[in-house]
Amino acid sequence: MVRPRVLILRVGGSNCDRETEWAFSLAGALPERVHINRLKEGSKKLNDYQVLVIPGGFSYGDDISAGKVLANEIRHNLKEEINRFIEEKKPVIGICNGFQALVKAGILPWNGQQVVSLGWNDSARFEDRWVYLKIEGTVSPFFKGLPPVIKLPVAHAEGKFIPEDDDVLAKIEKENLVIFRYCDLDRSLKGYPYNPNGSVNNIAGISSPDGLIVGMMPHPERAILKYYYPDWQNEKDREDTGYGLIFFRNIVRYCR
Amino acid sequence: MERYVKEVEIIGVDDKTLLDISERNLLSLNLDEMKIIQEYFASLGRNPTDCEIETIAQTWSEHCYHKIFRADIDYTEIKGKKNTRYNITLLKLIKEATDKVKGNFCISVFEDNAGIIKFNRRYGVAFKVETHNHPSALEPYGGAGTGIGGVIRDILGAGKGAVPILNTDVFCFGILETPYSELPEGVLHPRRIFRGVVSGVRDYGNRMGIPTASGAVIFDKGYQNNCLVYCGTLGIIPVDKVKKKVADGDYIVVVGGKTGRDGIHGATFSSIALDKDISTSVVQIGNPIVEKKMMDVLIKARDENLYNAITDCGAGGLSSAVGEMGKDVGALVYLERVPLKYEGLAPWEIWVSESQERMVLAVPKKNLERLLRLFSEEDVEATVIGQFLKTGKLEIFYKREQVCCLDMKFLHRGLPPRKLKAKFYIDKGKPVFIKKRLQDLSLWKQRILKVLGSYNICSREAVITQYDHEVQAHTIVKPLIGMQQLGASDAVVLKPLYEEWKGIAVGCGINPFYGKIDPYYMAGCCIEEALRNVISVGADPDSVAILDNFCWGDTNNEKNLGALTRCVKGCYDFAIKYKLPFISGKDSLNNFFIDKTTGEKTSIPGTLLISAVGIVPDIRKTVTSSFKKEGNFIYICGRTYNELGGSEYYRTHKIKGGKVPEPNPSNTLPLMRNIFNLIKAGVIKACHDCSDGGLIVTLLEMAMGGDKGATVYPGKVPCSDNSLEVILFSESQGRFVVEVERRYREKFEKFMAGSTFALIGEVDESGILSVVYKQDRITISVREAQNIWKGGLKW
Repeated sequence: MVRPRVLILRVGGSNCDRETEWAFSLAGALPERVHINRLKEGSKKLNDYQVLVIPGGFSYGDDISAGKVLANEIRHNLKEEINRFIEEKKPVIGICNGFQALVKAGILPWNGQQVVSLGWNDSARFEDRWVYLKIEGTVSPFFKGLPPVIKLPVAHAEGKFIPEDDDVLAKIEKENLVIFRYCDLDRSLKGYPYNPNGSVNNIAGISSPDGLIVGMMPHPERAILKYYYPDWQNEKDREDTGYGLIFFRNIVRYCR
Repeated sequence: MERYVKEVEIIGVDDKTLLDISERNLLSLNLDEMKIIQEYFASLGRNPTDCEIETIAQTWSEHCYHKIFRADIDYTEIKGKKNTRYNITLLKLIKEATDKVKGNFCISVFEDNAGIIKFNRRYGVAFKVETHNHPSALEPYGGAGTGIGGVIRDILGAGKGAVPILNTDVFCFGILETPYSELPEGVLHPRRIFRGVVSGVRDYGNRMGIPTASGAVIFDKGYQNNCLVYCGTLGIIPVDKVKKKVADGDYIVVVGGKTGRDGIHGATFSSIALDKDISTSVVQIGNPIVEKKMMDVLIKARDENLYNAITDCGAGGLSSAVGEMGKDVGALVYLERVPLKYEGLAPWEIWVSESQERMVLAVPKKNLERLLRLFSEEDVEATVIGQFLKTGKLEIFYKREQVCCLDMKFLHRGLPPRKLKAKFYIDKGKPVFIKKRLQDLSLWKQRILKVLGSYNICSREAVITQYDHEVQAHTIVKPLIGMQQLGASDAVVLKPLYEEWKGIAVGCGINPFYGKIDPYYMAGCCIEEALRNVISVGADPDSVAILDNFCWGDTNNEKNLGALTRCVKGCYDFAIKYKLPFISGKDSLNNFFIDKTTGEKTSIPGTLLISAVGIVPDIRKTVTSSFKKEGNFIYICGRTYNELGGSEYYRTHKIKGGKVPEPNPSNTLPLMRNIFNLIKAGVIKACHDCSDGGLIVTLLEMAMGGDKGATVYPGKVPCSDNSLEVILFSESQGRFVVEVERRYREKFEKFMAGSTFALIGEVDESGILSVVYKQDRITISVREAQNIWKGGLKW
């Protein structure tokens, strides 16, 4: 079977690129970590890949605001290639810092102007903790086969989902662009610490209307095996697979 | 022609002038040392340049040369009327212990930037712990950030470069509620230091993409004027990249950050007392993204074998990095080539500046072009500043003017060991006997909860969650357990290779409170605790190596130096008894403060941090400390003694005296091997070591982490003394509490035969910890305990 080629975009300060690479290879893809300079100079071409991933980290130190400088890099230097990539229905994935960059570049949710943002956590500080996520009736094909509630870790300072206004929020909800929301074990939407950053409507991740561009604050690449769960010694499941791997497998399956 | 260097007049001047020169230029050299320099230059028939004298001062600083640890100490131990005298060299003693017990799993000990042990056939684990105390006291955020930045570079410079996979952080602070009026002039408030230090480590470590997942925080008034900030990094290195050697003709390439005026005199300043008048220009200014970018390229260059040797620019800057690398060869440097942050630096400032994020490489000519291209491809500075040449000399030029010409031999071997005197009065304390039956139940409950919520016991959630402790996706046993992070971990377990189930466990032991009574047993307890921690999660006791980090006060004082010597003796004896090799270590002395208004000198409590790293054969078999399932049995392993001296209970209840815990390796080591085997066999479901706060805190932590209740019978605990106080709160060493499935009872007991153990209770779903003693019952709601434990330390 053909292994889809995945470009993991790397810039100064990216730091989840290696585990994302591992997650994709375990899921059956051919991932490659590529520095943005290679795309800018043309020695690598986005067109040669089937999936674009912007991984977590602190691109350019998150100076100005998280993902902002990278978002501008994308808008001013890579926009044409990315638009073509999107038109060809190739998946674009942003995790954590990648999510921040995608919304600030306006690519999510409607590939145009920026209409949502990820602001400072209500706690006003970086936090790494595990959260429960309630999977919504998402249009995205990458979340099939997951149970109604999954657990993943979040690790960020700026992850509070904020739409520009009520109309944007209503439209996101109406078009079923919400992938999952922060919740408790019983799927009810709760405040801190269940909602770790104060996100509006507890939104943890969204997609484009075709479901192929997805952005999320939680880190599926840190939950590839059940042994990464903070309570895995209590897991009854005999399989090693973690929730994160199912997500990556779905992306690979879509590409085939 | 413009002259760039100044001559320093030392030939023929008197002693007072020599000392003046040392003090005025912040050289931190004493009279004997200044005289050696005077003599050397007299023999050359010229005065030194400013650059030369600065180079010598950096190289010979306590921070870089470890003069106290290399000194010949005439040490007297006084016990009652008996005096015993020893001649001791501290560094030798530590190395001797390692020579006696190092197994074939030690790859590199005490010779590189970090110690390296074997992980599997292809990889080794490099581990190093440093301190950044003085900078953190002056500028907590920057001081702590550059502390972590510095030790990461140590790992990048271990062998030909290890990939960092873990940061560890241990802090000692003053009491957070200290009124401002009690602080001497020039001392920052403990809460400001606490928040600054944690934020500094958070922002630097998180941006580096290295999980910060192991550590400790200690609060004591003794750290009010001098906080301690220990920063450690652990990395993974292919075994064929461990050896490095500079070759004649290699180019000297400096990579990473530019050089500025920050951190000048860092090495010498950290070797003296703090007072209110120290300028913060001695503190370095960090930028983690510069280091992250440098790290990304370095590993590529390493894998392409582009350089022969590498070292980090830390204390002493280029002076120490180039000097150290070239000490067996010689080096020629052109300082004007060093990329600067801004113009206007004197040559000596460029040479000793401790600007961060820089490393020095020795690159053979044939690889130079490729190496420079790799760095430029990712926008990282890389500049040739000179060449290693077999001249035996350190020659430095600035715009064609020679600014330094020193013999490497004089620089690195010119300082004879100091001769020092030290003494220690032994009094390890006597047990206090308090005869009290369980009368007022609510009183006991209050005592227990007071200990649980105390600063040194309560949850570190406010700190730990600010660190990205899971980046890189290696963290299997996390510092806090469970979805709600309600359990305290004994150690962290990493799975460093994606394709393998083998793991690494990392833990630490630190307890300055025992040291106030007897530093010898403090050393024993710290070593045992570090070991117990990694055993509790499933590490193999025969695969563990340790690191020593001493932080001490004014060692010019014979008693302080005596306590340090006594502590090192403890390290020696117990390392041998537990068969634990020291693979790396560091000392930070002179942690004292001079109050300029009162003239009062305050030293920190002598503090030893032992860090342990061990191998976990299969991470799928690791256990955590939280109770797993109702109906399972609770056992205590190991014997409890009346050893409450320095304990959390005595301190929170202001009880004086008591005997400090004495480790018993001949009982404990076999017990640890049993526990290791029973964890591996899946018989033990949860394991928690008994330490600070005693048995009751251990049980509460297990219940809180698992959100379970339990009923326990203290009367069944094997104890030399059957007072409830001792059973619940004694901090005797060599003890573990384990949870065993009912069906494995027989198997467990059969296997443990020969060790001291007892069945003391059962896990249940009541949500209550019931302590049943004779006819009485103390009940503590686990939810209430969780709230107290979680709420103890506020951000």
